[in-house]
Amino acid sequence: MGKVGIIGVGQSRFVRGYPGSIRELAFEGFKEAVQDAKIETKDIDASIIASAPEYDKQRSPAGVIAEYLGLIPQPTFYIESVCSSSSAALKVAYSMVKAGLHDSVAIIGFQKMSEISSSESQERMGRGADIQWESPFGTMMPAYYAMYAQAHMAKYGSRLEDLAKIRVKAATYGQINEKAVYRKPVTMEMFTDPESNMSATVAKPLRVGDCCANADGSSCIIVANEEKAKAMCDKPVWILGIGAASEAVNMAGRDLLTGLSVGIEAGKQAYKMAGVTPKDIDVAEVHDCFTIAEMMAYENLGFAKSGEGKDLIGSKETYKEGSIPVNIDGGLLSKGHPIGATGGSQIRTIVLQLRGEAGEMQVKDPEIGLVHNIGGVGLYGNVTILGR
Amino acid sequence: MTKKEVDDRFKKFGTVSFTAITKTNDFITYLEEGKVMGSKCKDCEAIFFPPRSDCSKCMQSNMEWFEVTGTGKLLSFSELKYGPVGFEDDLPYTIALLDYGSYKVFGRIAKDIPYEDLSVGMELKTRCNTLPNNQLNYVFTRP
Repeated sequence: MGKVGIIGVGQSRFVRGYPGSIRELAFEGFKEAVQDAKIETKDIDASIIASAPEYDKQRSPAGVIAEYLGLIPQPTFYIESVCSSSSAALKVAYSMVKAGLHDSVAIIGFQKMSEISSSESQERMGRGADIQWESPFGTMMPAYYAMYAQAHMAKYGSRLEDLAKIRVKAATYGQINEKAVYRKPVTMEMFTDPESNMSATVAKPLRVGDCCANADGSSCIIVANEEKAKAMCDKPVWILGIGAASEAVNMAGRDLLTGLSVGIEAGKQAYKMAGVTPKDIDVAEVHDCFTIAEMMAYENLGFAKSGEGKDLIGSKETYKEGSIPVNIDGGLLSKGHPIGATGGSQIRTIVLQLRGEAGEMQVKDPEIGLVHNIGGVGLYGNVTILGR
Repeated sequence: MTKKEVDDRFKKFGTVSFTAITKTNDFITYLEEGKVMGSKCKDCEAIFFPPRSDCSKCMQSNMEWFEVTGTGKLLSFSELKYGPVGFEDDLPYTIALLDYGSYKVFGRIAKDIPYEDLSVGMELKTRCNTLPNNQLNYVFTRP
């Protein structure tokens, strides 16, 4: 069986309060990917739409969006795994192409988080975990990640300033990414300045500056089988490895509190399938919904040993010029996190890097890239390894 | 003819309950009696907290209750400065996870322990708690 290649990528700008409907938002990422692939919609045999449905007013958005994008009568499917929906959709698309069911599939991820009111959004945030046993205690996403931060600090001696360094790095690149929602610099001083919003506590020990920026946005990845990819595309990027895992939704059901087991497991699968090791990765996108999440990702993916993530960021090895550049597009922290679009946006970033088309964000001549995309608080994990 | 009664005891659980009907409703009756209970599979002896009606290890549904007793080790915790809708009056509050060895319990730290006194590894016990809105939950407190 042949390889599966990525022949087109696109994403909308990530913004606060997108001035259009979800179908119009989805069109932006899709249009860019179709133009990037230099194909027509009739060349796409099936579509997968990915979002987190609790933010949508439209029931079953797949059919509505597929029609708007000109993708009927081809089949369309809907995939959801919260923040990793579009990476999960890529795995399904890969399977469909590999099985020979379709020659090419478009994955369209989107989220219009401003579709619902702020109070509706607050209400949904309370239901982000196990609604029977944990939500009645008043849980929120930042508080769960704060528990991971607390446990990581207690075990390994990582400090709040180590986390702040991750945000400073994200903001460094958010400023040069024209698609990013947060384009301002962030300094270490802001985290200790009571006048700065960045220093305000959200859930101890995490501060506003440790949390990602909500945004509206869309992304699109178009994949094709080897024959079609070579015929249609000058620079296809190949999917070398693709791993996925799940974990107990309950914190009480988890053994590891200093890392995300789904990141470790999905990473192992992807490395094995691709036949590479962490040392072979030239550029990576990891799921930095919170600063602690990026630090754990360094360790869970083998870029650093357990507990040594703080040294990796401390020595700036994850900056553009470092040994393992991570999130050189601003990451979720500064580029923004429109839930269903995030995985596709991460994949787009790595595809552009491997093609040498990342502009000011370009790292030096990467051959192999990795995408790490987490859904929920380590509930779902997806790791994808791409190569030229 | 009387209307069929619905067993919705679980709507009493927590500041805001999102579940009313579950086969584990007896958990609430035990809470009212001052007991925090987990479940144990009668067939394969697998232990579950939070409790469940069905065993994912042996695929049977013969559960019995056991009481959460003694102390557990504090694995982690976080104090929330912002809460979801319905939890505003509780703020600030601290969520936490205790390790009892063969199972773990997720809940809240009792209001009588200041955040500054908490540290990973300390021993705490679990006790039932009635919230200001008369709902029930359980909290972790000093042994």
